[in-house]
Amino acid sequence: MSEYWKDVIGGSKSLVIGLSITAREFFKPVVTEQYPWVVPEMTERYRGHIELVKDEKTGKPKCAVCGMCMRNCPSGCITLAGKKPEGKKKKELTKYHLDFTTCSLCGTCIESCNFGAIQFSKDYNLASTRKEDYIFDLLKRLEEQG
Amino acid sequence: MDTSIWRPIFYLIGFMAFAGLNAAYLGWCERKGAARIQRRTGPMEAGFQGLWQPLCDGLKLMSKQLLVPRGADGILFRVAPILAMIPALTSLSVIPFAGNVQARAVELSVLLIFALASIGMMAVLLGGWASGNKYSLISAARSVSQNLAYEIPMLVTVITIVMITGSMNLEDIALHQQGGFWHWNIFRLDKSILMPISFIIFFICSVAETNRAPFDMTEAESELVAGHMTEYGSMGFGLFMMGEYLNMVVGACLITILFLGGWDCPFGLFPGVWWFLIKIYILLFTVIWVRWTYPRTQIYKLLNLSWKILIPFSMLNLLVTAAFIKIF
Repeated sequence: MSEYWKDVIGGSKSLVIGLSITAREFFKPVVTEQYPWVVPEMTERYRGHIELVKDEKTGKPKCAVCGMCMRNCPSGCITLAGKKPEGKKKKELTKYHLDFTTCSLCGTCIESCNFGAIQFSKDYNLASTRKEDYIFDLLKRLEEQG
Repeated sequence: MDTSIWRPIFYLIGFMAFAGLNAAYLGWCERKGAARIQRRTGPMEAGFQGLWQPLCDGLKLMSKQLLVPRGADGILFRVAPILAMIPALTSLSVIPFAGNVQARAVELSVLLIFALASIGMMAVLLGGWASGNKYSLISAARSVSQNLAYEIPMLVTVITIVMITGSMNLEDIALHQQGGFWHWNIFRLDKSILMPISFIIFFICSVAETNRAPFDMTEAESELVAGHMTEYGSMGFGLFMMGEYLNMVVGACLITILFLGGWDCPFGLFPGVWWFLIKIYILLFTVIWVRWTYPRTQIYKLLNLSWKILIPFSMLNLLVTAAFIKIF
């Protein structure tokens, strides 16, 4: 019989504790975000696809067209090309394509770059139904960012 | 006014509106309440704070076709959702919302309401059986055993109230408790010292009778898909949902009248229909709160709770009340 009373009283107590927990949670602030309306800020070390870094002085990409990133990429998803303009010593970037369909965001390209010319972006809105949308023209992207 | 044709017509329209509004917006409250407890926002897109959401859901359900699955009993399959709705609506007509707000003053209204509640159980049974689906059938069988088990303590508790009041008329029971919260049946310790426990028993039973979580063995999404509603789409499903919410409203009304003094103000100020509404919405909120707090029980624990705890306690309360009435 004592087992029975323990069951009844202990059970009732645990029910009240449960109710008090949910009551407390009810008045706590909301932790979710209304995604399409409120765009969350990505954290410092978030790894989006790579992007080119601009040289603040010249307004052009820092890239020296050495091709280290292209050669080091294990999936071979970077294609770049450069040209030496008339009367200049350095090469300039003319094309920088990233095939994001095979990129695994390992970061080897960034580590291999001696000029600090590429970094992880904070882009995450990447949904698409077409494969071609994932071949990014990073040079054009940099120009569009202004 | 009593013999006028307008009275039933006005009440019919009024109750239909009240029932429809409650059935629609309790769903919204449920989703909002669940969201707040889980620290989400709930519906937000349709209108301010998602207030148009019930309307959108209703339109969507109405625009769909009611499919009758092969192997189902066509007539019973169509009748069951209507049968879920009608008893709940009919029960509302005998509930006194205030001293003069009652559609039909029936002398034995307590008896009538419990008779109608039993018909509500038939809807689940017929719906589950007519679907021709084993999950629905299991759900129907569970529903019947659960409802039978919980009707006993509920009725025994009602008998104690009837003994205290000496009437089976809901209006008389409410009138008996006027004049402040110490007159309410829940605090009538001079009639039986177990009255607060009896209130809790009645509350648990009404949650179980309306098949709400944690006693939603009939619906049990994780085991039985959606139980008796598995095969229903469109307004068939809609009527079952509305029936469920209306049963909640009727249950809350009954608790208010039987235990919480009906339309009486706790401090004797401005008694009226608003106090009745405040009380039922506090009770409905508690039902939603309970749903999002406790996980579903198992069928044998559910029956154990009723047969081993609720029935003995309600019987004890009946005896104590009888003794108190005899002695004092």
